[in-house]
Amino acid sequence: MPVGVLALQGDFREHIIALESCGADAIEVKTLAELNRCHGLIIPGGESTVIQKLATNYDLFEPIKNKIKSGLPTFGTCAGLIMLAEKIVDGIEGQIGFGGLDVSVRRNAFGNQLDSFETDLSFKGITGEPVHAAFIRAPIVEEVGPGVEVLSSLDDGRVVAVRAQNVMGIAFHPEVTGELRVHQLFLKMVDSR
Amino acid sequence: MSNSQTSKSTPLVKRGLAEMMKGGVIMDVVTPEQAKIAEDAGAVAVMALERVPADIRAQGGVSRMSDPDMIDGIIKAVSIPVMAKARIGHFVEAQILQALKVDYIDESEVLSPADYVNHIDKWKFDVPFVCGATNLGEALRRITEGAAMIRSKGEAGTGDVSEAMKHIRTISGEIRALAAKSEDELYVAAKELQAPYELVREVASTGKLPVVMFVAGGVATPADAALMMQMGADGVFVGSGIFKSGNPAERAKAIVKATTFYNDPDVLAQVSRGLGEAMVGINVTDIPAPHRLAERGW
Repeated sequence: MPVGVLALQGDFREHIIALESCGADAIEVKTLAELNRCHGLIIPGGESTVIQKLATNYDLFEPIKNKIKSGLPTFGTCAGLIMLAEKIVDGIEGQIGFGGLDVSVRRNAFGNQLDSFETDLSFKGITGEPVHAAFIRAPIVEEVGPGVEVLSSLDDGRVVAVRAQNVMGIAFHPEVTGELRVHQLFLKMVDSR
Repeated sequence: MSNSQTSKSTPLVKRGLAEMMKGGVIMDVVTPEQAKIAEDAGAVAVMALERVPADIRAQGGVSRMSDPDMIDGIIKAVSIPVMAKARIGHFVEAQILQALKVDYIDESEVLSPADYVNHIDKWKFDVPFVCGATNLGEALRRITEGAAMIRSKGEAGTGDVSEAMKHIRTISGEIRALAAKSEDELYVAAKELQAPYELVREVASTGKLPVVMFVAGGVATPADAALMMQMGADGVFVGSGIFKSGNPAERAKAIVKATTFYNDPDVLAQVSRGLGEAMVGINVTDIPAPHRLAERGW
């Protein structure tokens, strides 16, 4: 069974390429039928407000929410992290996510595009070279609920990657830097289910 | 501000924001209220400008960067990225836009050019730039100057999609032709494209531009947007097409959906219904050549 990438808007093609480079079978998910074929799901980078609207308009919002709740391994990057947070700070009116991670996430936490940056991070479960990360109008995790594991933080302590059971969310974009080890970590979550 | 080896405004970070906009619609807005309507409709970014291209065309005169108060108002009104236009070659307008902290600058032929020889040296800026192009050589020259995103020009303010079609066909066709060339033919190809050899070789080997390419100029309906996506665009800019139409909010939503479900005629049929009047439009062939915006830029 393939791993799906929610393909409504954003850098879903880069996630497909990353998954395929890891040797996984990857498909774009735009419909319920495609969602139902997947045994893992990635919510890509993009605009969270747009992804929410399109998912709602095309009757994918509740099904994705329920799949995550019932244990579907799910991985979100940047906008995807926002979509997986139980609480969104600085969202637009009525903005909600699929949930799955008991965290509070602030949108555009670093400011505008001039404050976007690249940096190196240590990441729990990834050994060797540090993870090279691109933060693009990125969110951060402000509050972490019980049962949520912090996987990576910036030097100043701000949390940028978390995991709880079947769900992993990160504030940066391994799919645009050629970093495959975070996807490999997710594929392990998919395989171990 | 964060980690020791942090670097800002790198090509990756500049091009990366455009990557996140893919599959989306960027809408021209002239007021904070319009920006809010665009965000609520699902725009992936807004383009702040003083007058939409249809009005620039109708009213004539010199068209310039927008009032900073207006741009500030739009930045405050929305949470999605805000782009703003500077005149071709007007690096001081670009400096001002960067000081206002816009997320992207569009060095745009829709405004009156400030320099008929040189474009802005975009490497000197921390903020990323998007530039228009009508063919591959023009796109590669803009990338050489530091553009982090390309939009094919089309003919802004017309509601006539034929020039947008011509430009994306030209650029895609030239990329395919380049990919088919043997290595020793690429030197002359670079000469003919008037673009640097290294960039030409990169496009020949990857079969695509090194940056995201949206389509602009004349998109007025959901079908137009889907047409451009089926032609291989990464996303669309809609200028006058939304706020010069009968029902901007509904049309904006419909164009967003059509851009995502561009390959699904049932969805396209559904979203094309009941949108009221499209913008009136001008046939590009009726516009005398000196008044065609796409011919600005070189």
